[in-house]
Amino acid sequence: MRTGRPTGGKKAAFALLLAGAAAALLGGCAGMEGVTSSLLSPSGGLSRADAEAITATARTVAKSLEQISPEQEYYVGRAVGAVVLGRYPVYSDERATAYVNLLGQTLAAASDRPETFRGYHFLILDSDEINAFAAPGGLIFVTRGILRCARSEDGVAAILAHEIAHVQEKHGLQAIKKSRLTTAVTSVALTAAQTLGPDALAELTTLFDDSIRDITSTLTNSGYSRSFEREADRGAVMILQRVGYDPRALVDVLEVMGEKLEPKGLDFAKTHPDPAQRIKVVEKAVGEAPSPPPAPAARRERCEAALGGI
Amino acid sequence: MQRSVRRVFCLLLVLAAALELSAAPPKMMSVTVEQTQARAAPSFLGRIVADLEYGDRVEVLEEKNSWARIVMSGETGDTAEAWVHMSALTTKRVVLKAGDVDVGRTASSAEVALAGKGFNEQVEAEYRAQMDLDYAWVDRMEEITVSWEEIRTFLAEGGLTALSGGE
Repeated sequence: MRTGRPTGGKKAAFALLLAGAAAALLGGCAGMEGVTSSLLSPSGGLSRADAEAITATARTVAKSLEQISPEQEYYVGRAVGAVVLGRYPVYSDERATAYVNLLGQTLAAASDRPETFRGYHFLILDSDEINAFAAPGGLIFVTRGILRCARSEDGVAAILAHEIAHVQEKHGLQAIKKSRLTTAVTSVALTAAQTLGPDALAELTTLFDDSIRDITSTLTNSGYSRSFEREADRGAVMILQRVGYDPRALVDVLEVMGEKLEPKGLDFAKTHPDPAQRIKVVEKAVGEAPSPPPAPAARRERCEAALGGI
Repeated sequence: MQRSVRRVFCLLLVLAAALELSAAPPKMMSVTVEQTQARAAPSFLGRIVADLEYGDRVEVLEEKNSWARIVMSGETGDTAEAWVHMSALTTKRVVLKAGDVDVGRTASSAEVALAGKGFNEQVEAEYRAQMDLDYAWVDRMEEITVSWEEIRTFLAEGGLTALSGGE
């Protein structure tokens, strides 16, 4: 995805946007807060003090998520990825891996958030479990088991698009307990030194560890909220439509999943809403949109060549 | 080269302050990803005009379908416009080194992102040491690259749509 380093001329030219930069600094930055004031409007039973407290909390939380920079998100994502990879072996088939990366990065480019700190990357886990994980920042893992639920490239795209939508909406970061975020923000704001002192490092590392646990336990045990899953399914439909895939392929995948999942299984059955419910969400999101033309032979063949043996 | 660029930047800052620019300030944004490209058209398949790096400041002329039209000034005073996807930009100023500005005094944390601060490489190293985690595959998967040319071919051969990168 990344191309070569900048050439000197272009780079220098770019850095010359200076007068403008200076003016912006002098003019001050526009405030980022768009906190709703509706909480303060008269409503039954909520005192003004309560309302103000809620608004203040909302403002703090909103600021906190905003404060996790893409760079910090990247380090969180790497750690989540390392934890996932500590639990599952990698299916290192080169052709299959290259294919899911080509397909995945194509889909990510059509998402609402095509750019993350170091981009999207995909890996197949050598497991029969029906499962997939999206680490913040764009490291995405899918098991062989879930890929077997797809009967076409459109289906594989649907699986990857759902995970990309989780990254796009920062669902992983939102799994971090809010209290930690505010602490993290404070530390970030105060840590202006070139390197962290031992106390700051210890504090941040503990915070980091706790944050990673929040995310991994959500990914592997409790699952996201139903509303996050709905959001990811709707996001997937949008991505699929933009690229020209049939969003109904997500329904096909969910149907196969519904047949294969064991109700008390430790995989998607545990962390995701019932496929039948998700199908309703997807069908509603697709609505009356016309189906794209059928997949050409080349699309079917390349999927079969890459994942036929999955 | 980087250093001389920074020096010019600082010089112009002083110059601008002296002139007390009174016109409405142009909208400036910072690149918030490690690397991205400015393109001739608002599409990932548009021709690449320049590469941008973390912390680069750009002047945004308009936003259209999640793409920002930016202006670039050349060495001879000529200007050129290009497009960058909004997800690569932030309204905050990205401070690459803590010493670049007096962060605590001149700007609130809401306006500044300190590059390399908070959860960073140092925290990762400490965390890895404590947890005994193997990052080998994480590093390997990050090395997997796909070129825009490959994506273009993939779309064309698959009978798919050209991308605009978010609407």
